[in-house]
Formats: sequence, C-alpha cells, structure tokens
Amino acid sequence: MKILVAVKRVIDYNVQVRVKEDGTGVVTENVKMSTNPPDDNAVEEAVKIKEAGKANEIVAVTVGEDKAQETVRKALAVGVDRGIHVKVDGIIEPLAVSKILQKIVDKEKPDLVFMGKQAIDDDCNQTGQMLAAHLNWPQATFASKVEVKDKLLEVTREVDEGLETIEVNIPAIVTCDLRLNEPRYASLPNIMKAKKKPLEQINAADLGIDTKQRIEQIKVEEPPKRKAGIKVSSVAELVQKLKNEAKVI
Amino acid sequence: MSVLLIAEHNNKEIRPFTLNAITAASQIDQDLHVLVIGKEINAVSKSISEVPNVKKVIQVDNAIYENFLAENYTPVIIKLSENYSHIVCSANTFGKNLMPRVAALLDTSQVSDIIKVISQDTFLRPIYAGNAFATVKSNDKKKCITIRPTSFDPAPTTGGSAEIVNSESSEATTLTKFIKREEVKSDRPELGTARIVISGGRGMQSGENFKLITAIADKLNAAIGASRAAVDAGYITNDHQVGQTGKVVVPDLYIAVGISGAIQHLAGMKESKIIVAINKDGEAPIFSVADYGLEADLFEALPQFLEELNKLNTIQK
Ligand SMILES: Cc1cc2nc3c(=O)[nH]c(=O)nc-3n(C[C@H](O)[C@H](O)[C@H](O)COP(=O)(O)OP(=O)(O)OC[C@H]3O[C@@H](n4cnc5c(N)ncnc54)[C@H](O)[C@@H]3O)c2cc1C
Ligand SMILES: Nc1ncnc2c1ncn2[C@@H]1O[C@H](COP(=O)(O)O)[C@@H](O)[C@H]1O
Repeated sequence: MKILVAVKRVIDYNVQVRVKEDGTGVVTENVKMSTNPPDDNAVEEAVKIKEAGKANEIVAVTVGEDKAQETVRKALAVGVDRGIHVKVDGIIEPLAVSKILQKIVDKEKPDLVFMGKQAIDDDCNQTGQMLAAHLNWPQATFASKVEVKDKLLEVTREVDEGLETIEVNIPAIVTCDLRLNEPRYASLPNIMKAKKKPLEQINAADLGIDTKQRIEQIKVEEPPKRKAGIKVSSVAELVQKLKNEAKVI
Repeated sequence: MSVLLIAEHNNKEIRPFTLNAITAASQIDQDLHVLVIGKEINAVSKSISEVPNVKKVIQVDNAIYENFLAENYTPVIIKLSENYSHIVCSANTFGKNLMPRVAALLDTSQVSDIIKVISQDTFLRPIYAGNAFATVKSNDKKKCITIRPTSFDPAPTTGGSAEIVNSESSEATTLTKFIKREEVKSDRPELGTARIVISGGRGMQSGENFKLITAIADKLNAAIGASRAAVDAGYITNDHQVGQTGKVVVPDLYIAVGISGAIQHLAGMKESKIIVAINKDGEAPIFSVADYGLEADLFEALPQFLEELNKLNTIQK
C-alpha cells in the first residue's frame, strides 16, 4: 500500500498573529512558520501504518512557495520516504489545492491520502473533502482513530454529537484531528538523513491547473476589542456583580 | 435566483442551528428553499415549512439517507443546484463535512464559516482563529457558503406555511458504510445554544473533579464546555470542546475555570456577552478577555460559588 500525505506551511500556532495596517492581510515577515498542526498527525499516522507493515511507501506533498519545502523535509525526517513540492506563489485557495492534489494522485496512485482536517491560517476545512469529490473517493473527515482492515478502513470521527464510526473502501481520503495520535519529533541523525531523501519540484502551471483566486480578499481587519474587565476579590463579589451589574444570573 | 439551504436534522427534528442558518440564508436572498434529506422525515419537513422565512421545502426521503453521509447527500444537491445561485448550510461538523464535496463538483471556491452577510457576494469571516476578520467577495457564479450559526439569531419557528415538494433520491454510495454513532445524551441545554456555559480546563486535574463544574451547571441550567487539553487528558468527551477546532459558543455568560486562555480556546468563546475567568495564575491570558476575573484556587472557589448561588433564589431557568 502507498500513502500520500498533504502538508501545508502556516504561521506557527504559538505566534500572536497581527493584522497589517493597510488591511491587505496579516504580518508574515519575520514570523515563525511551521507545519499546520493536524498535518503532523497525518504524517504520524502514515508512518505508524508503514511501521506496522501495512504500507510500503509514503510520499509527502506540499503546495506553495519555495519555503514550503521545509514542511516536506520535516515529514521526511520522521519517516516519509519521498517528497513533492508543487510550486505556486501567493495565496492559493483550497479548491485549487484540491485540483493540484488530484493531479498528484493521478500520477502517484496512492491507496490512501492523509491530510489535516483544517488549516489554522485560512480555517477553511475544505481541501480533503474537495479532493475526495474530484476523485469520487470516500471521505473520512475529522478522524480521531483509524484502523486499516484489508481493503477498507474503519475510522472514528469527531462530530458535534460525539463520535461516529464509519467504514470506507480503499482508496480513501482521511482528514485528521489532533487527537488521532501523538506526532513524534525528528532526531538529529534523521534530520540529516532526510536531506538526502528525494524531493521533486513541479510547477503548478505545468500541471495545467489554474490557481487564480476566485475569492477576492477585500479587507483584513482586527476583530473588535473587548472592553477591559475587572478583577474581583472574592466569590461573593463575583456573584453579586453577575446578579446586579451584568444581570446574567 | 434563489438560495438552497441544506437542513441539519436527526430524522425526527431539525437541529437548532438550522434555524440560525435560515436567518443568514434569508439575508442573502428572500427566495429561500430548504432541502431536507433523510429517512422518514415528514415531521422535519413540516416544522421547517412553518418557519416564516422559508418559501419552499424540498424533501428527499429514502432509507439510504438515514445517516447523512456526504457521499449520499452530494449527488442529490448537485442535481438540484441548477436552480440556485447560493447553496448554504451551517458550519458545524455536518456542514463542514458536506459542503466542500458539493462545492468541488460545482467548481466553486467555498466561503467557509461566515459571520456576516454584507451583500449577495460579499461576506465577513474570521481567519487565524479569529485573530483577524476578512471581508471576502466570491466571484464564482454559483456560491457555496457555510454559516457560523452563533453569529445569527435563530429564525422564528411558527407562522409560515411553505409548500413541501418531494424530489428524487440518487443512487446509494457503495464507498462508505455507516457503523455507529456514540451520542452523548444529556438533559442539559446544548452547548451551542445554551444561555450559560461553564467550562473546565487542565486545571481541573481529573474527570472526577468535573463534578464541581456539574454542580454549578445544574444550579445555573448551564451547558458544560471544556478546553482541548481537558478533552485530550480524558476528563470529558470531545463533544464538549470549545475553540478553533471545537465548537463556537456565544452565551450570555461564559465561565472559564482552570483554563489559561490560549488563542485556540478564545476562538470559540471570545464573543460571549459576559466572560468570567477563575484561575490561580494572575497572569493567565484568559484574564485579558474576562469581564470579571477571579484569581483563586478553583478547588476553593467552586464550592464557594455554589454556596453563594444557593443563597440566591432567583436563578432564571
Ligand atoms: C491547531 C490547534 C488547535 C487547537 N484547538 C483548540 C480548541 O479548539 N480548544 C482549546 O481549548 N484548545 C485548543 N488548542 C490547544 C490550546 O493551544 C491550548 O493548549 C489549550 O487550550 C490549553 O488548555 P487549558 O487552558 O485547559 O490548559 P493549560 O494551558 O495547561 O492551562 C491550565 C490553567 O489552569 C490553571 N490552574 C491550574 N490549577 C488551578 C487551580 N487549582 N485553580 C485555578 N486555576 C488553576 C493554570 O493557572 C492554567 O492557566 C489547539 C491547539 C492547536 C495547536
Ligand atoms: N497548500 C497546501 N499544500 C498541501 N496541503 C494543503 C495545502 N492546503 C491545504 N492542504 C491540506 O488540506 C488540509 C485542510 O486545509 P484547509 O481546507 O485549507 O483547511 C490541510 O490540513 C492540509 O493537509
């Protein structure tokens, strides 16, 4: 079995994101970037499946500018076999990413594609479902448990009501929740070895995909600020304020 | 053209957020049709037909839709999409799972999780866990949109009498099989729509200690929430998680107990009307969004809180 994993480079989740004064976006200069957190879970799950002897090759793919290669290198350092970087500059929407990934799937013919459930920059939560639609494959979204069984996967999904279990035929798309597993760290020797693993670069244009934005970003602004609150000195004061001042209890 | 809203329901009743989505959808266009896909859903269709903003209810009733699989829903929606300019549904796990599959097949770049309708093609949506708001204009001919339900009021449920028409089902998928749903049943108000929410974090130290929270929730008729850390640690189930990758809540009163206030948590509760934080670390970021902050050990503060509440006899249900 062959597994493809999609990894995106985003502003690190610990960074306090700041909006640019001219309203064109958020500040990215000199800001720490990392792999989108649930994409690390996607990589980890693929590596675990391979370690269990159920897969023989893992390929990681990223779509973005040259620096996005860092995310693929990181995946190579924890057990992914080879990488693909599809080069695109500027903002790229999930629809375009999903079409590019479809081309990669056509070429690589994986049995499974693991992705994150949501990118923490655009918060779109779309790409995996879109890829599944293009390919007419089943989709197992928001996965917190995955079990490989012969020609199918049993997946536990986190939904608003609780948990849901489905079985999907292979080939399938899985989008991962952070609770799926505990991503491992790369050891120094493995980081060194990863530098020698193959990383192919492809231009999005050569795949024949139009990556032009369909959604115009008219303005990006700071959300309204909450007015400063107060500290209360006792539980009694808190309850009194909630009752008489805020009138919420 | 008209708007098609995909209803979320459990085959018996509409899920409450469908009403909030109806409000948003009718702000996009008055000619709002609601599509109900499910198994034996007459009662659901009937109740939606009574929502005044709804002009028409389209019902697709077949046992294959019992479990709301996106693979089964999508072809039905695609077939009907021709007559509509906008296809919308709630941005909860139901809509998040379904809508992108529809959008891809319509070659539309979806606008996710809108919090305001500015015009028929322009919307406001949070990005970066709500640290920025983006005004976006969709240039696709057909628009696929998911709606953050807590940003819109629920539509009134009586007074309307829309016609209900039946539409054809599509072939059932062979790709995906539903196995089971482990639904956490409780008599408490739903987290998403509760007037008061009390949430516990890693500071609770154990699932057992959540009984301190439960006692207060009982007293205030509140829903119970949690941080991701509390869910990860197994103190409480995932359906309680509030935040960027959990649920968004906008209650009148949100009480955060033993929660530090990471931006991913704030993303799910920052819009609450009144926020209370109980934390023993005076520097915890949660205090920066709290209207009332109490710097205290929760194991002392929560029992006192319950005691004070017991003294009041005017708790509104
Ligand atoms: C991609 C991504 C998505 C995420 N999504 C979410 C999400 O949706 N929701 C979410 O909540 N988190 C989310 N997180 C996790 C988030 O970053 C934080 O790790 C998490 O919110 C921390 O939870 P916490 O506040 O309970 O724990 P901690 O940060 O450990 O804070 C515990 C707090 O309890 C206080 N405390 C301890 N003991 C006591 C006591 N006896 N009395 C009073 N106070 C006490 C401490 O002072 C501390 O402030 C996400 C993270 C990532 C990377
Ligand atoms: N530019 C990209 N390159 C690689 N994978 C991506 C890219 N954009 C999105 N993805 C994948 O799709 C998931 C969901 O992203 P989104 O739909 O943007 O929330 C991410 O977690 C990634 O696994």
